[in-house]
Amino acid sequence: MKKNEMQNINCVTFRQRLRSYRKHPLSLFLFAAVSVSAVITVAVLFFLIIYILIKGIPSISPSLFAWHYTTENVSLTPAIINTIMMTLLSLLVAAPLGIFAAVYLVEYAKRGNKLVGLVRITAETLSGIPSIVYGLFGFLFFVIALKWGYSMLAGGLTLAIMILPLIMRTTEEALRSVPDTYREGSFGLGAGKLRTVFRIVLPSAVPGILAGIILSVGRVVGETAALMFTAGTVAEVAPNLMASGRTLSVHMYTLASEGLHIEESYATAVILLIIVVGINAVSGAIAKRIAKV
Amino acid sequence: MKAKKQRKRINWKETLMGVVFLLAATTSILAVLLICLFLFANGLPAIGEIGPLKFLLGTQWRPSNDIYGILPMIVGSLYVTAGAIILGVPIGILTAVFLAKFCPRRIYKVLKPAVDLLAGIPSVVYGFFGIVVLVPFVRETFGGDGNSILTASILLGMMILPTIIGVSESAIRAVPDSYYEGALALGATHERSVFFAVLPAAKSGIFAGVILGVGRAIGETMAVMMVAGNQPRMPTGLLKGVRTLTTNIVMEMGYAADLHREALIATAVVLFVFILIINLAFSLLNRKKKA
Repeated sequence: MKKNEMQNINCVTFRQRLRSYRKHPLSLFLFAAVSVSAVITVAVLFFLIIYILIKGIPSISPSLFAWHYTTENVSLTPAIINTIMMTLLSLLVAAPLGIFAAVYLVEYAKRGNKLVGLVRITAETLSGIPSIVYGLFGFLFFVIALKWGYSMLAGGLTLAIMILPLIMRTTEEALRSVPDTYREGSFGLGAGKLRTVFRIVLPSAVPGILAGIILSVGRVVGETAALMFTAGTVAEVAPNLMASGRTLSVHMYTLASEGLHIEESYATAVILLIIVVGINAVSGAIAKRIAKV
Repeated sequence: MKAKKQRKRINWKETLMGVVFLLAATTSILAVLLICLFLFANGLPAIGEIGPLKFLLGTQWRPSNDIYGILPMIVGSLYVTAGAIILGVPIGILTAVFLAKFCPRRIYKVLKPAVDLLAGIPSVVYGFFGIVVLVPFVRETFGGDGNSILTASILLGMMILPTIIGVSESAIRAVPDSYYEGALALGATHERSVFFAVLPAAKSGIFAGVILGVGRAIGETMAVMMVAGNQPRMPTGLLKGVRTLTTNIVMEMGYAADLHREALIATAVVLFVFILIINLAFSLLNRKKKA
């Protein structure tokens, strides 16, 4: 009995809240504004997703997944294969660079190192540059100056520069969250710095690094502007790295802007959404695991 | 003797990898230098040839007559961004307040991933959504042909929501609880404590989020291109078409040559300078917050 009363003091019933709002109309207004905004945000997301799913799922047909692209079936299989290649290519370049750079910043750089500040500023700058500027740079540097032409390699390297700051930052955070006792223990057992980094620090930072890499996969999959003038828009599977090929997002853009294949555009949008939702779910699950540990 | 040799080999390996890590760290510096070098080297001569004032303040963009004035695009970018800010910032900040201070835990578990998802949706999908939903909606409700400043602003407002929500939420959460508790103890309601004690303390962080949102809005290309109409003329009204700096590049880069191509690269230089200024403002704010 007594315990119940004690709890009741700390609980505000619905009626008490209503009475309080009658006394404080401004509070009611603020509460309403906050709630309405949250509802709008959620409504925007769900409307977008549900609208595209409802319109798109009926349009998904087997011909959309035909092995070869023709102007009639506008198959997206080549685009998906190109997307996978592009993702692997950009990660292959950006992941080691980003991880090693973070290792330098966290494990090797001494306090007050001027290089660290410079690296931070440039990484911040890189993450703010719009994708079209990356696209233009890739066009000027890889496509024209290096004479690679529109190619998967040019596109992949452009994207690698684009996702580098993201991988660097997430890895840095992951490395910093590894307790110093791990390092001290390793040094205490006689391991060198290199061995400590590769055997102790990096393995315990894997989930954080992985979350960053998955986020950057999401960026690569969704990127259009940086690829149009670097990887080009050829709708076939790129036979080698020096050939042009369009990724799923570029494919989606050409379909939507031509306006000839609206149903197929819906279906392609559904596939893109499914991929993005999947990527988000995986990175969310990993983040949750980190939080638990 | 053997042990000594081994230690030497390890040391050699250590130094080598130390250098490798150092080199990896310098890639971002190298990348920024290369980007600056290539953009400025290819763009600045064109600005010189056209004349800086003619280029920046010229209201005509007619590549076929060799007339290159990008004022319409600068103004277009600013209009569209301002529209996105007007629509997106209040909703974004209030949603962040909801997430940080009002949201029951069970709803938070759904809402937070939803906001993250909003950030992950590719801009082409937003653009496509704009084409099939927003353009007809604006055409039927407000008139005009639907490809307009208003449509682009609504779409961009949606796209910058997750950026603003994310940064603002963490700024609000970083305010010490004692602020909130103090206001509550003085008899303020929950809402008043949040809005008049916590929010002012989180001001600079929220402002940083808004600046980041501005950067996203100015730099967005594909989604804007799909709904904005892209006419290269001075914008005359909210329901008229507009071309931004970003879309100007994508629209014409595919076939441009000579001075025309260089003028497009110069457009990117202008955009790049805008972004650098925004970045600088953002990092200055962050530094102030830390100090």
